[in-house]
Amino acid sequence: MKFRKALFIIAIACVAFSCRKVLPPQPPMIDVVDTAANLSHIKGLYVLNEGNMGSNSCTLDYFDYSGKYTCNIFPTRNPEVVKELGDVGNDLQIYGSKLYAVINCSHLVEVMDAASARHIATIAIPNGRYLTFHNGKGYVSSYSGPVSIDPNARLGYVAEFDTASLQVTREVAVGYQPEELVVVNNNLYVANSGGYRVPNYDRTVSVIDLTTFTEIQKIDVAINLHRLRKDAYGRIYVTSRGDYQGVGANTYVIDAATNTVSDTLNFAASNLCIAGDSLYFINVGWNNNTGANTISYGLYDVKQKRQVATNFITDGTEQQIKRPYGITVNPENHDIFVSDAQNYLVPGTLYCFTAQGKLKWQATTGDIPAHFAFLKK
Amino acid sequence: MWVALCLSCSMAIFGQDSLRVDTTRIYKIPEVSVSAQRFMPKSVSPVQILSGTALENLNSHSVADALRYFSGMQIKDYGGIGGLKTINIRSMGTNHVGVFYDGIELGNAQNGTIDLGKFSLDNMESITLYNGEKNSSFQSAKDFGSSGNVYMQSKAPYFETGETYHVTGTLKAGSFWTVNPSFLWEQKLTEKVSLSSSVEYLYTTGRYKFTYQTLGGYDTTAVRQNGDVNALRAELGLYGKVTDGNWRTKAYFYNSERGYPGAVVRGKFTHEDRQWDSNFFLQSSFQKAFGDVYSLMLKGKYAYDYLHYLADPNRDASLMYVNNVYRQQEVYLSNANRFQLFDFWDANLSVDVQWNGLDANLYNFVHPNRYTAMGALATAFYFDQFKCQASLLATYVYDKINTDTLSAANQFHLAPAFYLSYQPFKKIDLNLRAFYKQSMRMPTFNDLYYTFIGNVYLKPEETTQYNVGFTYNQPFDGILSLFTCQVDGYFNQVTNKIIATPTSNFFRWTMINLGYVEIVGTDVMVQTNFTLAKQISLNARLNYTYQQAHDLGDPSSPYYGGQIPYIPWHSGSLVLNALVNSWSFNYSFIYTGERYSASANIPVNYEQPWYTHDMSVSKKLTWKTVDLQLTAEVNNLLNQQYEVVRSYPMPGTNFRVIAQVKF
Repeated sequence: MKFRKALFIIAIACVAFSCRKVLPPQPPMIDVVDTAANLSHIKGLYVLNEGNMGSNSCTLDYFDYSGKYTCNIFPTRNPEVVKELGDVGNDLQIYGSKLYAVINCSHLVEVMDAASARHIATIAIPNGRYLTFHNGKGYVSSYSGPVSIDPNARLGYVAEFDTASLQVTREVAVGYQPEELVVVNNNLYVANSGGYRVPNYDRTVSVIDLTTFTEIQKIDVAINLHRLRKDAYGRIYVTSRGDYQGVGANTYVIDAATNTVSDTLNFAASNLCIAGDSLYFINVGWNNNTGANTISYGLYDVKQKRQVATNFITDGTEQQIKRPYGITVNPENHDIFVSDAQNYLVPGTLYCFTAQGKLKWQATTGDIPAHFAFLKK
Repeated sequence: MWVALCLSCSMAIFGQDSLRVDTTRIYKIPEVSVSAQRFMPKSVSPVQILSGTALENLNSHSVADALRYFSGMQIKDYGGIGGLKTINIRSMGTNHVGVFYDGIELGNAQNGTIDLGKFSLDNMESITLYNGEKNSSFQSAKDFGSSGNVYMQSKAPYFETGETYHVTGTLKAGSFWTVNPSFLWEQKLTEKVSLSSSVEYLYTTGRYKFTYQTLGGYDTTAVRQNGDVNALRAELGLYGKVTDGNWRTKAYFYNSERGYPGAVVRGKFTHEDRQWDSNFFLQSSFQKAFGDVYSLMLKGKYAYDYLHYLADPNRDASLMYVNNVYRQQEVYLSNANRFQLFDFWDANLSVDVQWNGLDANLYNFVHPNRYTAMGALATAFYFDQFKCQASLLATYVYDKINTDTLSAANQFHLAPAFYLSYQPFKKIDLNLRAFYKQSMRMPTFNDLYYTFIGNVYLKPEETTQYNVGFTYNQPFDGILSLFTCQVDGYFNQVTNKIIATPTSNFFRWTMINLGYVEIVGTDVMVQTNFTLAKQISLNARLNYTYQQAHDLGDPSSPYYGGQIPYIPWHSGSLVLNALVNSWSFNYSFIYTGERYSASANIPVNYEQPWYTHDMSVSKKLTWKTVDLQLTAEVNNLLNQQYEVVRSYPMPGTNFRVIAQVKF
């Protein structure tokens, strides 16, 4: 009897003190969020969740137009990759048949097969930020340029890599803490922030000639530049984050023909997306007086050169969104995707709206959903 | 000296002696007997003590390691000997823990965090944890100020008749190329004054192997880098006696250089950033009874803390250049007055004043100064079976900054506390107790003034604690010589919790008063002592904690009510100690149950339980007047690969040997 009692206690203890085991790769979480839709060119959408620094919790989600949203697909598809996707995702692009993710604090670009999200290779880029592509070459901006004598005056750089060999081919130093980049007319434009040099922010866009891969010009715009997008008319839209105190955020236009600032749009955009002639933007601005964020949405027509709407969400869903963070628009059916980063510490939410701004569906994502890439058929 | 230590080795964690020793007669007891007494006085607040050889037997490197054996305590350990180690009592947060060294609080006005990994056990006599406050109305106002308090007491010299000096030399060496020599010299200067001087040096590479793996997936092993520590500690203390009182004064110096081992994430297994610390303080205390009615206590302290942090892109191309120097100063004065009005009633009035200043080479830094005044009124009633203690603490804080920008508004705060203890049966040593306590912590200089992040509109963060519990002690004449247990249940609220929230983007966060946390928990401690034969004894100590700590900050969040990060539901420890003649065998087991790294309690944030087994064997040899003790330890016997904090791997199996000579 005593023996039985002892066995019972041991069994209870084993349950209570459940044992430590080697866990399988983090499983994906699948949710059906929409009815199936058949688009002629687009198959689905990849979503990169940044994750908080030091937590190694950057994850990749995939929405398939069959209606299924799958969270965290990378670990089970790539169980051999040590420590999963990595720490702080910062950009996501598809070029050709490959999917590229810049993993900022893992200091690499993860290259995957676009159709399967299977790992192909990594390209070592310390402190990489954003990506763009042109003529079979990829361009990554990075904060970690050549170390200078004055450690506060360290330039950033852009690395060029070949999309076939996946090797870095050329490098060029640009301004301080470079962010987004675009290619127009064989020139690469890079927005420099100078975010490490507070209060001496950078205020320039670097122009790089892709033939010689040298910086041929610096266009003075405004402090603390971030986003850089182009339209179909040879114009480049660049956002300034201001200094979060006296100098406010704003959006500027660069004419790529003259490389000069041609317009100031007088709206702040923490993120934007250009689809056709429509420039969709969202903004989260911190107000020191109220101690709260002010959130705004807007639609600007790049052809008419005027803001056509103060909101592109038309059914009141914006009331649910705590911190709009990422935005993209499906080039085929003009579905609008807005991600909500919540308080950055819990999983985010992805909202899908129709072209008319009505909510179609929403899905729970990983931590800090931010970057998107459409998968073509 | 050995006699005293052996006595305390069979110490009880909780109350036995029904005399109210601590509260009324402490100044008449020689220093050492306080720490070497066999039983704790009956306590109105939950108390846990580790002292003497029980402390030495724990295979611990630092005070933080030893505190893992207390109930209700959570340690955040960033790995290895050099990694940051912070404590949290009953899930209320690090800033609500008061840490006292030789009776005076260690301060950090900059971020409110004390790294207990920096405090060695080498010259530590005892570590005591009080939930609520110390079991005495006669104390400084500051002692009433925190939700929970940890008192670290260094060894004070005590001489038997005929002795004039003690010398102790210790050499510890072990895994990670750890070398840790220390030297303690105690000298009787006059009949009434003695001196104690202690020096310790610590070097470790902090290198250990760790493994990350998934089932059927990757399996990688690497060596932890940049965890090296080079530290020197020196202390000089003078201890004096006066009629019906005593005084002591201490100079403390600590200097270290260390690496930041950092988070292990994909593509980044090693780090290069470094930190230099220098800490100095000079503190004195004096207490004396004037007649039977009035007693006086005076304390004073000056502290200077220097911290230099360097992230150099020349060493690691991916780093942002950071080269920051922080200098903190503190001046503290305290006066406490006790009036023993009747045999059963005393009252205490204490007043503390403090100045803190912070200087840093940061952009737009405001160079804050903080002036704090605290006044406490406390009273206690003692009857045979009933005891109660009540206190009211008033705190006034005034901040002044050296720029024309706004400083935080002046704060005035009142915090009451009430304690009851009742022994229902005269012949049974069973005590019921209950307490209620409010307390607050001021926003730190970082919370208020850190460039961009700080928010001068912050209010103090407040806690309210409700606790009911009992202690039961039963000595026996048989093989089982003592059974004691202590059980407490509690409900805590943390309101106006200061949390970081992002502003316009990921790189800009600020602090706000938004959090609200409710904690329901129970702490259980059981100790049994067995005397198997005259020279053979066995002690077993079991601690268990259950906690629910709900994040109730944002009712609109789908994760509302989730368990707050890194608080396990179940945790506990078991310590077994056997003394066989001059041999001592120790086994300890620590268990931390499953928990989550974020308040979203979902699979990606799941953290597995971890548990370690540590063992040691020790042998004492005596040759004439020289005592030699040799110890061998093995820690994490089963080589468990675990993390206390995500991405910060802990050491696997490691070893240590200790040789100590005393004469």
